[in-house]
Amino acid sequence: MTETSARTQEVRTTDGIVLRFAGDSGDGMQLTGDRFTSASALFGNDLATLPEFPAEIRAPAGTLAGVSSFQVHISDHDITTPGDAPTVLVAMNPAALRSDLHLLKPGGTVIVNADAFNERNLAKAGYESDPLEDGSLDGYTVVTAPMTDLTKRACQDLGVKPREAERSKNFFALGLVSWLYSRPVKPTVDWIDGKFAGRDTVIAANKAAFAAGHAFGETAELGASRLMVQPAALEPGTYTNINGNTALSWGLIAASQQAGIPLFLGSYPITPASDVLHELARHKNFGVRTLQAEDEIGAVGAALGAAYGGHIGVTTTSGPGMALKAETVGLAVSLEVPLVVIDIQRGGPSTGLPTKTEAADLLMAMYGRHGEAPLPIVAAQSPSDCFFTAIEAVRLAVEHRTPVILLSDGYLANSSEPWRIPDVEKLDSIAVNFASKPNHVNDKGESVFWPFRRDERLVRPWAVPGTPGLMHRIGGIEKQDGSGNISYEPDNHQAMVRLRAERIALIAHHIPPAEVVGDPDASVAVVSWGSTWGAITSARRRIESAGHRLAHIHLRHLNPLPANLGDLLRSFERVVVPEMNTGQLCRMLRAEFLVDARSVTKVSGQPFTAAELVEACWEEIGTTGAAR
Amino acid sequence: MTDVPVTTRKDWATDQEVRWCPGCGDYSILTAVQLLMPELEVRREDTVFVSGIGCAARFPYYMNTYGLHAIHGRSPAVATGLAMARGDLHVWVVGGDGDMMSIGGNHLIHALRRNVNLNILLFNNQIYGLTKGQYSPTSERGKVTKSTPHGSVEQPFNAVSLALGAEASFVARTHDMDRGHMQEMFRRAHDHPGAAFVEVFQNCNVFNDGAFAALTKRDARDSMLIDLCHGKPVRFGADGEFGVVMDGGRPRVVSVADVGADALVVHDETDPDPSVAFALSRLANTNDVPTPIGVFRAVERSEYGSAVTSQIAASQSKAGPGDLRKLLHSRPTWKVA
Repeated sequence: MTETSARTQEVRTTDGIVLRFAGDSGDGMQLTGDRFTSASALFGNDLATLPEFPAEIRAPAGTLAGVSSFQVHISDHDITTPGDAPTVLVAMNPAALRSDLHLLKPGGTVIVNADAFNERNLAKAGYESDPLEDGSLDGYTVVTAPMTDLTKRACQDLGVKPREAERSKNFFALGLVSWLYSRPVKPTVDWIDGKFAGRDTVIAANKAAFAAGHAFGETAELGASRLMVQPAALEPGTYTNINGNTALSWGLIAASQQAGIPLFLGSYPITPASDVLHELARHKNFGVRTLQAEDEIGAVGAALGAAYGGHIGVTTTSGPGMALKAETVGLAVSLEVPLVVIDIQRGGPSTGLPTKTEAADLLMAMYGRHGEAPLPIVAAQSPSDCFFTAIEAVRLAVEHRTPVILLSDGYLANSSEPWRIPDVEKLDSIAVNFASKPNHVNDKGESVFWPFRRDERLVRPWAVPGTPGLMHRIGGIEKQDGSGNISYEPDNHQAMVRLRAERIALIAHHIPPAEVVGDPDASVAVVSWGSTWGAITSARRRIESAGHRLAHIHLRHLNPLPANLGDLLRSFERVVVPEMNTGQLCRMLRAEFLVDARSVTKVSGQPFTAAELVEACWEEIGTTGAAR
Repeated sequence: MTDVPVTTRKDWATDQEVRWCPGCGDYSILTAVQLLMPELEVRREDTVFVSGIGCAARFPYYMNTYGLHAIHGRSPAVATGLAMARGDLHVWVVGGDGDMMSIGGNHLIHALRRNVNLNILLFNNQIYGLTKGQYSPTSERGKVTKSTPHGSVEQPFNAVSLALGAEASFVARTHDMDRGHMQEMFRRAHDHPGAAFVEVFQNCNVFNDGAFAALTKRDARDSMLIDLCHGKPVRFGADGEFGVVMDGGRPRVVSVADVGADALVVHDETDPDPSVAFALSRLANTNDVPTPIGVFRAVERSEYGSAVTSQIAASQSKAGPGDLRKLLHSRPTWKVA
């Protein structure tokens, strides 16, 4: 196979393509999408991905419930979303076509595996007639390829059984789209060699299928134009393609390095958080200890125990696990020990939508504990930002001796983007400062250690077991401020409740102020948190390129809120808060600052598209009387 | 460990007023522990007592060591994290039957299964004391309490059977009326690498007074407590006139005169197969028949925290110590000029 076609078709350049691979859960669509993404990343495009898969490992083959999709947006410029609507849909069977066709842009391209469009599969997908023949795809560019048959034929001389050969048909699809969209071939071939090393027939079959797909593109009269997306002019540096869960894991390792103390993860498997456990378990040479605990409560309990012992104690989970951990997080509030609790949010309540995204755990993070139990909350805004947010969560936990909740979500977890790898020398350091000597003189004139004697930030000392002379007892029972001895005194409890609130509020002085991106003099400000950053950034750019003004304030710190936020919000005529919940941050802002913030919400299990937010912003801009 | 300073009981006690009910069995357990600690040749700062919630769980406040009074049931989990992170510490877990066998049952069995280096002391008084007298998972059937006014219809746990079933590598039983025996069991637990589980029959004189009296009062002990000794026939009675035989896989109390001393089962705490230990634990499921105490099982098995530490060391010697820059560049990269 060569990079250039023997029978060259004209290649048209475009600024971006949104491609969606859809097929049965067993068709390997996630892998195909991931390969296309990697080749595009290495080629230098900017990109963003949106994997979507069913909660079932293998739903019944050929059914709508079993459709697994992977959307990737590749671009020659800086982008922040996986694209509002695909311009190309690869459908490996009728169910995939039926479930995802409505997403495709009018006039878009449909690439189908014609072999899968038999009577049985059409019936399973609920088609009464064959959409390839009944005119229902008029208005789209349709490319049909007998992918199964050509894959089998490509493999027939390789000693691969036809049934096994058929499994390589996703590589045929990948070869075809690689040709159509001018992707480099070598990264995929190299990857096949590495991934399936030692399984020679699998390597041969996948390569043959990939080559056959590519050749099919070259030789067949496809009727679709061949497109090229040039590399993006990104900031100079070395890049890697990274998803949120990997970035989060690496951020935790980086934080451990910056703090100079080991990382301990207690976790229980749960979608979509398990990949953090998997990733951290691989990096034992960083001194990382991972415990797959007996349950969510055991996981956070062990993390707290490790934190008490002087490690960075972390637990990772999703919504249902957060509910179970609440009591232990409350204990950490009372003990004032560092603990990082990571919630990769998913659709709820209850089991909800395990593989779909939502950001509806904010108020649980704020208030989901008994008693007055405030703690800092941070949220990641993009897949790569999970790295820096993890470091920030550890910094706040360690330096302020408090549990911290980090909110990510299912979309950030699995979505990927190119990331300019930071210079490790320039990462912020994290000050640990274990206590090493007594800090108080008692009535008898003896030097003693008081575990709850606070510094000017109201932070108590962190004295870890093994330190001579500082033996002390702490627990979840209310304690005397200073000495830490059990105290049921009314005045002391009142003072302690206020101290615990005040010390978290004081953190507002140790975080950056809120900043406006876009026009600070605009009449409308959009306030966001979490993964909605990407769609809002994209929407703001569209509004600006249409000649209008919009201010965007994105919050990484949700508790405490930045010290300048109230004044900032009050300087705008309209404040709009888009969220993947029913208005949780909006409620907080209204309660905290008495601003008439408006909520824009989406709870479909899918992230906002930029178009949806453009529309919401237009409405607000319209109400201010600014010309449209 | 000759450089460990010499200490006395006083050094291991805190200035906090002990707040158990007068006459509570917990006092004698506390005394046994405080008197034992100076003999263990460990430093106070390297010793941690972790507990959950309940009367027994107040224990850490009275030990002049590091202490963590956590939440109900979670002490084995919290202690697991601490012991995994800090293999240099001596971590003791103290709790009652409600704390460790009911709300925290899951954490207990998994700590035992993993063989985390913990000394777990279960103060079993067969009642909820701190919440004032409800039945517990070790209360006998028919038990009348505030929450079972018509008598409990639940089958209780046998703590030793449960620990053996949970793959514990060290399982012992003792009682609060015999300081010497308690200290011997606690010392063995301390010496055991891995999870050591010690059930202590403990009297709650307020809500379940005399629960173990038929076994533990001084004049009953000879005939009602079967002291298990490794390598010796299982034998009891003032003159050793009773013993235990294994009869078709089941233990049975016999008169030695009837069967002869050679027929008695010889206790082997190191037997890799826990079947006999389990059978012995089933000899008594009520507190009015002869009941074995002592070390049921003490086998060597890889300790969890050290196994984890070894994997870290192996990984570091293979891949070198963690290099963050290398990690961030470990996937395919490309340069933008």
